Amino acid sequence: MDLQGFGHLLISGAWITIQLAVCSLFVGLLFGIIGASAKLSSSKTANLLGNSYTLFVRGMPELLLVLTIYFGSSAVLMAIASLFGYDEYIELSPFVAGVTALSIAFGAYATEVFRSAMQEIPKGQREAAVALGMSRFQTFRRITLPQVWRLALPGLGNLFLVLLKDTALVSVIGLNELMRQASVAVGNTKEPFTFYFAAAMVYLLMTSISMAGLHLLERKANQGYQGARS
Amino acid sequence: MTDATVALEISDLHKSYGSLEVLKGISLTAHEGDVISILGSSGSGKSTFLRCLNLLEAPSSGQISFAGEAFKLKPSKEGNLESADQKQLERMRASIGFVFQNFNLWPHMTVIENIMEAPVHVLKQDKATAREKAESYLRKVGLFDKKDSYPNQLSGGQQQRIAIARTLAMEPRVLLFDEPTSALDPELVNEVLNVMRDLAAEGRTMLIVTHEMRFAREVSSQIVFLHQGQIEEIGEPEKVFTNPDSDRCRAFLSTHF
Repeated sequence: MDLQGFGHLLISGAWITIQLAVCSLFVGLLFGIIGASAKLSSSKTANLLGNSYTLFVRGMPELLLVLTIYFGSSAVLMAIASLFGYDEYIELSPFVAGVTALSIAFGAYATEVFRSAMQEIPKGQREAAVALGMSRFQTFRRITLPQVWRLALPGLGNLFLVLLKDTALVSVIGLNELMRQASVAVGNTKEPFTFYFAAAMVYLLMTSISMAGLHLLERKANQGYQGARS
Repeated sequence: MTDATVALEISDLHKSYGSLEVLKGISLTAHEGDVISILGSSGSGKSTFLRCLNLLEAPSSGQISFAGEAFKLKPSKEGNLESADQKQLERMRASIGFVFQNFNLWPHMTVIENIMEAPVHVLKQDKATAREKAESYLRKVGLFDKKDSYPNQLSGGQQQRIAIARTLAMEPRVLLFDEPTSALDPELVNEVLNVMRDLAAEGRTMLIVTHEMRFAREVSSQIVFLHQGQIEEIGEPEKVFTNPDSDRCRAFLSTHF
């Protein structure tokens, strides 16, 4: 396959795609844990916030979320800045806007994965911890979370594969990730098949590596559960 | 033993679920070295009573104190009592051992990690010390060779002995056992009771909710018979088992012994 000197462009695009996906994954996991905790909280307000979050985000195309956050955030930021007497034009960088949008979307779906995993953990697991004098945070961090992680891992892995490909949406706000770089190459060479095919192969490669990584993580998380009675 | 120090004092403990009153004012004092077995049919409130003592279950009213220190309580939104001082709650729970019916070992940790967890993270022991102590308690319950196994690889009886070792590693002043053998196959009951016999012989203060009548009679210094949320009969085992004052207690013992 002749990439006519545009290979480095695709590689730099792939690198941005990876950064975008990994950053969104970490922030999104955090949103998911917070969202699930809110939904399972005994506080009515927290339930309402958690439910609204998943309802609105899951009820909206991701593309719209990317556009809304990119263009909406600069209006909001400028309104806030003008309160402090700063009237220049401000906008989020496409990368930050992209991470924000993708992690909000990932978090909404992850909320449901975490919620069902948290409900699977028997109450006695937490009771054993608090009965030994562990604090609520220690109990969550040391006892609940590792067990939730194991149960949530397959579902989260699936969501990550979706996320990896949703990064292509961020090309619409001008971030030079893989999809956009492929389009640029196509515009210059008039060879759409070559470059879109090359980009597809790179996405496939990234997906395969993620799946292998996921497999390793699952194996590690399942330690101690072989031949489990329960 | 009446001049021994008071280890645990409960006064007028009530507990309701909605309009159902499960505990109707229970008062009980345990001195250091006492082994008190709590008997009663299912629904008599014995497990609820035990779970109230370290606030796993929120009592509706009453007072609970260990070694002279009373739990600081305040009314909760649901109309029960809850701890008014989270730090005190954690500190006191760390000195009250609780052994569950279903063991509740943590499946993602090895046996030795289960035992070291609270000493390292609650008592802030360094890992080497915690490991050394964990190993000695494992030897005590006869399961040193299982230290690197995971709980799911062990039998129920072994899991319960590990759970006891996990509790002992906190060096608690009082041990509470909530039907420790009820989830076990009959042939595994004795290995757990033997460990508990040893603990009683060491002079530890223990409260045991159990259905093992023979065991209760043999190890206890006192027997409490609960009926419908109240203490129906209390006394030394010989008296309670051979000549109880209460007819209900007599009827219960004749069907369970």
